Amino acid sequence: MNRPVNLPAATCRDTPVLKERGQREVFCGLTGIIWLHRKMQDAFFLVVGSRTCAHLLQSAAGVMIFAEPRFGTAILEEGDLAGLADANDELDREVGRLLSRRPDIKQLFLVGSCPSEVIKLDLARAAERLTQMHAPHVRVLNYSGSGIETTFTQGEDACLASMVPVLPETSARELLLVGALPDVVEDQAVDLLTKMGIGPIRVLPAHRSAEAPGVGANTVFACLQPFLGDTAAALERRGARMIQAPFPFGEEGTTLWLRAIADEFGVDDATFEAVTAAPRARARTAIANASAALRGKTIFFMPDSQLEIPLARFLTRECGMEAIEIGQPYIHKGLVGPDLDLIPAGPVISEGQDVDKQLDRVRAARPDLTVCGLGLANPLEAEGLTTKWAIELVFTPVHFYDQAGDLAGLFSRPVRRRDLLKLEAAE
Amino acid sequence: MKLTVWTYEGPPHVGAMRVATAMKGLHYVLHAPQGDTYADLLFTMIERRNHRPPVTYTTFEGRDLGADTAGIFKKTCQDAYDRFKPQALIVGASCTAELIQDDPGGLAETMDIPVPVVALELPSYQRKENFGTDETFYQLVKALARPVEKTPEVTANLIGPLALGFRHRDDIEEVKGLLYEMGIGINVVAPFDATPHDLTRLGAAHVNVLMYPEHAETAARHMERTLGIPYTKTVPIGVGATHDFVAEVARLCGVEPKTDLTRLRQPWWSKSVDSTYLTGKRVFVFGDATHVKAAARIARDEMGFEVIGLGCYNREFARDIRALGKEFGLEPLITDDYLEVEKAIEDAAPEMILGTQMERHIGKRLGIPCAVISAPVHVQDFPARYSPQMGWEGANVIFDTWIHPLVMGLEEHLLAMFREDFEFHDAAGPSHHGGHAPKPVAEATTPAPVEEPAVAETPSETGSDVMVWLADAERELKKIPFFVRGKARRNTEKFAAERGVREISVDTLYEAKAHFAR
Repeated sequence: MNRPVNLPAATCRDTPVLKERGQREVFCGLTGIIWLHRKMQDAFFLVVGSRTCAHLLQSAAGVMIFAEPRFGTAILEEGDLAGLADANDELDREVGRLLSRRPDIKQLFLVGSCPSEVIKLDLARAAERLTQMHAPHVRVLNYSGSGIETTFTQGEDACLASMVPVLPETSARELLLVGALPDVVEDQAVDLLTKMGIGPIRVLPAHRSAEAPGVGANTVFACLQPFLGDTAAALERRGARMIQAPFPFGEEGTTLWLRAIADEFGVDDATFEAVTAAPRARARTAIANASAALRGKTIFFMPDSQLEIPLARFLTRECGMEAIEIGQPYIHKGLVGPDLDLIPAGPVISEGQDVDKQLDRVRAARPDLTVCGLGLANPLEAEGLTTKWAIELVFTPVHFYDQAGDLAGLFSRPVRRRDLLKLEAAE
Repeated sequence: MKLTVWTYEGPPHVGAMRVATAMKGLHYVLHAPQGDTYADLLFTMIERRNHRPPVTYTTFEGRDLGADTAGIFKKTCQDAYDRFKPQALIVGASCTAELIQDDPGGLAETMDIPVPVVALELPSYQRKENFGTDETFYQLVKALARPVEKTPEVTANLIGPLALGFRHRDDIEEVKGLLYEMGIGINVVAPFDATPHDLTRLGAAHVNVLMYPEHAETAARHMERTLGIPYTKTVPIGVGATHDFVAEVARLCGVEPKTDLTRLRQPWWSKSVDSTYLTGKRVFVFGDATHVKAAARIARDEMGFEVIGLGCYNREFARDIRALGKEFGLEPLITDDYLEVEKAIEDAAPEMILGTQMERHIGKRLGIPCAVISAPVHVQDFPARYSPQMGWEGANVIFDTWIHPLVMGLEEHLLAMFREDFEFHDAAGPSHHGGHAPKPVAEATTPAPVEEPAVAETPSETGSDVMVWLADAERELKKIPFFVRGKARRNTEKFAAERGVREISVDTLYEAKAHFAR
């Protein structure tokens, strides 16, 4: 009863994808550290890279300067490159120093970067060696957040995927929710599912390594984010099974996501209705209020986080917008297929980027709203185009019913501001 | 390897971007992987530029590494030229591209690009952002500036101001004003808003005003050698330095050192009795060498502060800062590790910090007022209003900026007078700042005279002998205004340790106070 009744005849699932290569205006996967280190409270993220990597983290983290942040960069120096110093010895020394200064650290991630990948520093071996050296107190894992391999949110995917092989084995039938969400949103999701009688519910990543979920053949999991392809594959290799659904953005997305899990756990319609009726109504009201300025407006997504397809689905179906182009850094149809199914054919679906050519398309289309990164937003505003900077969509609570109005609000605010400001006289 | 948490400077190619973005008609083709475009947002967000930085990245990926990254570079270079039609190109590699050993300069040379192409060698694993700015500007000047006929009237080049520079935009206006008053015209300002064509006319000036040695000293030396243009050694930040600068320019150009001081208010503000309480305020100065040198002189000679610590993060100017340290009788701190700076500030327990964005955060953590005097800075230090650091107006701006974070004079007296007042206790902080709402009365009033142990449980960390503060001494210490309490505690403990006293009483506290009284 909660399934969409009027699926359009042709959907974006069938639209041929425009694949482009060229200059990309995106973050690398190292950026994921900025939210992951807040979520995993006993983890430290040690990037092995260059001054550029350290500068990137600091620029992206902005004013988040802590007395002792739980991330840092082991900056490669001339000697490391010339083979003058054994990189492994150097790394062991720096890690030893770090762990003696921070005895509260239980998980250490060695994060690969472009320089460490190019000189083929074997961080996987280093992680194994360091795990043995610092067992049982600290476990050392490794993943790559390099720009040559990962784009922005893919850093989280690589990080979570690196944790999957060392999760404890379990034969319990448990629901695993995958993806780092703000605590308030995670609690809402768990609460809704618990009220339907679904459980036990575990989350990946957990707050602390001691709370790490188990995984096994009876585990079913649902992704909270569309960029978790590698993590999903790693979980499937452990025997777990994925519940496919559109992502929980907006009233419809949240309902379909919950419904897919409810079906898996045999929840009857009456229970589902009883649990979701009130928050659904709240979400619809909030969206209607917040999206008034968006109705009939056109939107253009530049690639950034892989959230673009589910967000375009929400904005076109629940806020009355028209998508011109939905750019993604990478399209994993196994994850975003259900969302693509819900978007009527029409918009250009693009993967990858040649930024100058894409900007030509933006200028030709003159969309009412362009979703893009911070390097492009002000230049486009100066050309008279209204923009919504995309990173906020990753950092702000936007999932599930009670954030649906806020999500619409993030897109309507720049449009409303444009109408409010009367600056022409001054220009 | 070196573990780094926060960095004062980015990699050298960001320095090159700062030169390219400052200029017009120049384009930078950077051999770099996906993600290095993060640096664009420094310009579009922090400096709020309304255009993309003129930088094209090759964005090579992992799968390209075994194949033809050189081909990708050449194609990107050609496309960038065709699209942007710049007057000149600069080409170079970021840290990752430096490792894969394509040679951007050599590759660009084999191409048929009809404008000057300047190749940059920026060693990413040795040098940093400021080296990148200085080297890039030098290479451009070396490639483009040629001897030309001098302008008939006396003119100057202003060199050094660039993108993402701390107050560069307004410093230019202020220095132009100083020169105008002496009848000196402007030939070229560079890199800020200059085109490659403008750089070819640098030789027509009679003098180079080296505004920021970090960014243009090499170019200034080069022009002195090849074009015979002398350059100024004084940076006009502060009243005294500005007077010296005016005299230096007048001497180099053979003109009258004329100045219009009608707008200069700083000296009177500083002399007025309202400022008496500033005398001997203990300040710690850290930042880039140029701004630290200027700030230390202003702090001592024009504000009446006591400089108790100083240092810089750019090693290129370590010698200058060591000389400055000698002049002030201080051991300077030359480091790019902000944890070391934090440690030094904690140890010195200053009443005020003059520093960068990092020191602002350190100050926040330690509860010490801070004013920003140097890059790196955040968005609030690229203000909409006119706020130079140089020249007469710069002196006015600096006075206001430095005074603002301090507890005001009368407030300071009242804090000492009514230190047990429930609204005026030390945790309340300066009344003109937000974020210091008075604590609930119960917490703030003098604690009820409950039974207290005779010995407070705060053994000192200094010295090998455990030192204890007796409860009444600890209570007395709390009556001292919070901004000097750290110093008082340290001095007392030092005094006690030197005398082998292991229990600190009220008497010890006041004996120490008398001992250290100036």
